[in-house]
Amino acid sequence: MLERLRHPWSDRRAELVLGAAACSVGLAILLMVVFVARGAWPTFAHNGLAWLGSGGNPETQIGNMLHTGPHPVAAAYHLRAWPLIYGTLLSTGLALLLGLPFALLSAIFLVEFAPRAVQRLLTPVVRLLAAVPSVIYGLLGVLVLAPFVGNHVISPAQKRSVEYVVQLDGTGLAVAVIVLALMIVPIMVALIADALAAVPAAWREGAVALGVNPLRATLAVSLRAIRPAIAAAAAFACARAVGEAVMIAMVSGENAFAPKPWDGVVFLFEPMLTLAASIFRNADSLSAPAIRSSLDAFALLLLLAAFALSLGSYLVKLPLRRHHAGARP
Amino acid sequence: MSVYPHTLPAGRGRGRRSSLRSWRWRDRIVYLLAWLSGLSLCLIAAAIVLYLLVRGIQYVSPSLILTRPTAGIGQNQIGGILDPLLGTLLLVALGTAIATPIGVCSAVWIVEYGRGRLGRRLARVVESSIEIVAGTPDIVIAILALALFQVGALSFLSFTASGGGVYGRSFLTAGAAVALLAIPPVFLATRDGLEALPGHQREGAFALGKTRIATIRRVLLPGIRPNIATGVTLGMGRIVGDTAIVFLLLGVGAAERIEPQGGVPGLGILRGTGSTLTSYIYSNSPAGEGNAPQKAYAAAFVLLAMVLALNAIAGFVSRRGSAGGMSLGDRVRLGGWS
Repeated sequence: MLERLRHPWSDRRAELVLGAAACSVGLAILLMVVFVARGAWPTFAHNGLAWLGSGGNPETQIGNMLHTGPHPVAAAYHLRAWPLIYGTLLSTGLALLLGLPFALLSAIFLVEFAPRAVQRLLTPVVRLLAAVPSVIYGLLGVLVLAPFVGNHVISPAQKRSVEYVVQLDGTGLAVAVIVLALMIVPIMVALIADALAAVPAAWREGAVALGVNPLRATLAVSLRAIRPAIAAAAAFACARAVGEAVMIAMVSGENAFAPKPWDGVVFLFEPMLTLAASIFRNADSLSAPAIRSSLDAFALLLLLAAFALSLGSYLVKLPLRRHHAGARP
Repeated sequence: MSVYPHTLPAGRGRGRRSSLRSWRWRDRIVYLLAWLSGLSLCLIAAAIVLYLLVRGIQYVSPSLILTRPTAGIGQNQIGGILDPLLGTLLLVALGTAIATPIGVCSAVWIVEYGRGRLGRRLARVVESSIEIVAGTPDIVIAILALALFQVGALSFLSFTASGGGVYGRSFLTAGAAVALLAIPPVFLATRDGLEALPGHQREGAFALGKTRIATIRRVLLPGIRPNIATGVTLGMGRIVGDTAIVFLLLGVGAAERIEPQGGVPGLGILRGTGSTLTSYIYSNSPAGEGNAPQKAYAAAFVLLAMVLALNAIAGFVSRRGSAGGMSLGDRVRLGGWS
């Protein structure tokens, strides 16, 4: 057997074997998507478009599915997923809003203004922050940040104001958004810094030669030139944030409560849950068919969102690629 | 050598400081904010590492690492982290053993073969499907893999309940799923390495009468070994840090010991369930079932040390690659938390 492998392969055979290995990944993914879509079908079929609407707490509804037996009746599939979708959009949006300016400033600092010693320090720091596993971010969030917020930031009056609806203990939207922003900032810094470094130096030098100060030159020339790359970095970070499950499940308060903006500042401390975190939390009751179908539907929705964001980040970068291809001699 | 060598000479040194006085106030504030945000990134990283270091020194001991976890109540009764640690190592070994051949073969096929009308089209499909895998959240990969492995025909791979229900949970299924996390970095690093090799290396080998596959095996692959090593290390980092796939495909909750399935010794462990450091941290955090922050901190310290070591190795090997080192953006895009 081994002796046969040692013989020189013919090109034809090598091409077929390598090609089969390459296609196997695509095939496996296709197969998985088909299985999940098939699994998600019952919950969509029984709920219709109302599945996307609001009404009740989806965590409670999933809990009710637990004992519906191996062949649940149609009513057992009852689910209104809007609070989870809203939680996903809200946490991702706020984290991006918080993280993008921070990432832009840091990237400008890293590429244009940092002295060489600081630059050498900051590059591994960005790599490190991007490599820390999400469960460690979640652990620090739930053991350090959440108790701090619960004890020192939320006032007793605020806790009393909503105590008949939810208990505020620090875990909630604010902590989730802060940690999520911290997780996506290094990714955006790295992608934006790469794009900034690729801007031809002559462009900015031209602006400086005309008497603009280096900061204005960066903002007006370099940043303007890499706008597509910034959008792509934001889309990529969004995809990561939308799919983050473990950290959100740990720090968001374990309650699919939709935070109400009209509650004032308390809104920020209310618990919430995202689609990904809900899959993670309910993973141990997957043997109930109704829950299985609901979680498959969440996964399908997340897959579509990640796909759309990847496609978006590819499409916004197209003009940049054309420009670079044109600039190359 | 500077990381970003093209930066303006006017932007540093005495020249900058003297010109800063002539800046408008708004520009000075933005400049100050840029400095502040850059330095605060350093501070945050230092705070995370130092905090976990202090906790690690407090709670990690040789006996903790060498004892198996036991079921119990309270932080003093639940034993050590031997099983999660071994679980992490086993999962990394399995995941890379599956991902490396697939990633390298796909990249070689796309760069060196994949010709002709059909071949090119197929190559584009493979490339974009790997890009899609790279952008898919790990929790979604977990659900997808679970759907596949719970099919009856694949039940021999995993833990089966006494009633005959297929749970799709085992080191084998989890290893196959985490391999999907590691394939994109391996593939992209190999592809970029192959594309960066000068054409005369191939032509020289062809001129000596070597076949294409012999050229690949004897000339091209040895030349891009550092690139492949970088990709594999980044993939390992993603596997080590992953929680969602482990949680869904290896074992949920307090099943923290490695539980073999069936009689065959080696295969039994592969078909059995277990835990890793990440799932151990989650289940011992306040959000999980057992609330034992000391154990969670200890495991987090060990996990962070592993991730930092892999990170350092990746940085070290990538500098020897044929593409002249991976850029910061590529590193973070491929090796970031999952």
